[in-house]
Amino acid sequence: MIRALRYVGQAAVLAAFVAAVGFFSGNPSFRHFPEGEALLKVSFSHGGDRKVECRKRTPEELAELAANMRSALDCPRERVELRFEIDLDGEPLYQALLPPAGLAGDGPSRVYERFALPAGRHVLDLRLRDSRRSEGFDHVARRAVEFDAGQSVAVDFRGGEGFIIR
Amino acid sequence: MTALQRILRPAFWRLDDWTSRVFGAAWNPLYNLGALGFFFYWIVAVSGIYVYVFFDTGVTEAYDSVAYMTEDQWYLAGVMRSLHRYAGDAMVVVMVVHLIREFSYDRLRGARWFSWLTGVPIVLLVLASGITGYWLVWDQLAQYVAIATTEWLDWLPIFGEPIARNFLAPDALDDRFFTWLVFLHIAVPLLLLLALWLHLQRVSQPRINPPRGLAAASFAALLALSLVVPATSHAPADLAMVPTVLNLDWFYLGFYPLLDLWSHGTVWVTAAILTLTLAAMPWLPPFRRPAVALVNLDNCNGCARCAEDCPFNAISMERRTDGKPFDREAVVKGSLCVSCGICAGSCPTATPFRRAGALVPGIELPDATLATLRDRLDRTADPAGQQVYLIACEHGVRPETLRRPGLAVAALPCVGALPPSFIDYLLSRCGAAGVYLAGCAEGNCHFRLGDTWTEARLERRRDPGLRKRVPRERVRCDGFAPHQSVRLRRSVETFLHDVRELPTQEIPSARQLGARFGRAHGDGGVGSP
Repeated sequence: MIRALRYVGQAAVLAAFVAAVGFFSGNPSFRHFPEGEALLKVSFSHGGDRKVECRKRTPEELAELAANMRSALDCPRERVELRFEIDLDGEPLYQALLPPAGLAGDGPSRVYERFALPAGRHVLDLRLRDSRRSEGFDHVARRAVEFDAGQSVAVDFRGGEGFIIR
Repeated sequence: MTALQRILRPAFWRLDDWTSRVFGAAWNPLYNLGALGFFFYWIVAVSGIYVYVFFDTGVTEAYDSVAYMTEDQWYLAGVMRSLHRYAGDAMVVVMVVHLIREFSYDRLRGARWFSWLTGVPIVLLVLASGITGYWLVWDQLAQYVAIATTEWLDWLPIFGEPIARNFLAPDALDDRFFTWLVFLHIAVPLLLLLALWLHLQRVSQPRINPPRGLAAASFAALLALSLVVPATSHAPADLAMVPTVLNLDWFYLGFYPLLDLWSHGTVWVTAAILTLTLAAMPWLPPFRRPAVALVNLDNCNGCARCAEDCPFNAISMERRTDGKPFDREAVVKGSLCVSCGICAGSCPTATPFRRAGALVPGIELPDATLATLRDRLDRTADPAGQQVYLIACEHGVRPETLRRPGLAVAALPCVGALPPSFIDYLLSRCGAAGVYLAGCAEGNCHFRLGDTWTEARLERRRDPGLRKRVPRERVRCDGFAPHQSVRLRRSVETFLHDVRELPTQEIPSARQLGARFGRAHGDGGVGSP
């Protein structure tokens, strides 16, 4: 009798164990993203202009260099930081100065941001400065996008194409 | 930390006790948590190999191949997939309980720091193994996990391009990414196996396989779960949509909601603090280590029994250095010694019958010498022969609380520290009617192997065994957790009654035996190994 009770107890413990494993393996459910909203992702990797313009080396300077180093132009590696702004329906949504990557500051600037927006039609104004100018922007775009609930829309930037919606 | 241990420990005493009643000490799942973890690892490995045969690495093919296993070949590949998931979940459960239990029993400080510290990367590797597995299904859950993980990783300033850009839009992902993921999902568990091997390096005779019956029952339970509630996928991943409601595997992905609630930096700092705190626990607060075992070369014959019995590989047998005609000598590595005294219990020279010189065995604890123990026992000798001796483990019931007329008590760091010759000595020289050995808990020895070796020595299955002349019915050995004083008291009372009912039995003394056999019997000097 006691042995039978022990078997029942063992079965009960193991059943409770696997029941807990089975339950918490997928429950309770979790709402990751609010209902009725959409996601805007903005991400690109883009290198700005050089911080200092290339300069032509003088014949004297070239003569001082080793034969294999005699490049006609002296181009410092460091790049400018990018000025990037987004307006959503005429209101500022994001503004940032994006520094160049790398220890020498010669890599591309990068951004990855995400914004939850109410579903519906929205107008995005995108502005990017990637040159040495101190005022204004080099790339400007206005995009009207229809955001469905739960939709994920990505804004990317490519040097030759400008801003693209993916 | 000790305050937390004081809360947790009694809970585990009771839980251990209850599960021992249901399963028996040998099958107690709480005594086999590490072994069960290994067993679940092997189930995950074997089922994973089978699932891998059908898995296709491609942006669309991955989901389709998993769907094929789950729906078309549900009877085998589907069951294997479910076993893969549920055994992985079970592994997390036993790992976490194992960690909390070892902490509550304070089995992490002193020489035991190594096993604790090497356990910390195991926790991280188990989680990493499971998380990479969830990516491979490439359903909405995988999409969520992949994006949340890469965005979290991107917070660290060590990646050039943000990894999360791989999931920016449907056209961003290519098949090679899945090949990389499969590699990760195989490499991380292999690293985990290496970490598990390292974790066991400082324990001797580690229990890596659970008792067959327990293993079979656990497997059957997981199989039943796999058949009743098969593991399924969410809808296919779609990078143009955001996964909204998810059925998280809370064992592996339980901390992911924090990534939505807190900033990524806060989650990193929290994870770093938790990991570092976990790693530093053996030194919080610093442990005052008792003196470690000392070898007395004059009495060590190099028999190696102490090295074989040491639960923490703290003793090695080295080439003899004192010119005595023995090949080897015992050497204690102090940093590994937990001062349990089991080595003294195994030493054949640790015999209290020796009167020619001082009682100094080949190895013993300087803070709990056998000479002191013998003196204490001598002082309590009962010429009437009605006294019972209770030798109790310091990590079990405190024996002082059981003092009463007719019962002499003594405590040792571990019952395994008592050489069996002392039992003979008590019965033949101290007039004991019986000897009761109370360990800390059957199957749950604080020093891992003390109760096992004691039982084996009493049954003469392991050297040094109890002498045949000792009436076995006058010796009892059992385990009692610290909260079981009432049960121990009752058991001792029964034993007292039982031994007093026994017919008076004259145990021949060593001197008498020596005269009978024409030699000095039981003097316990240094002999051949």
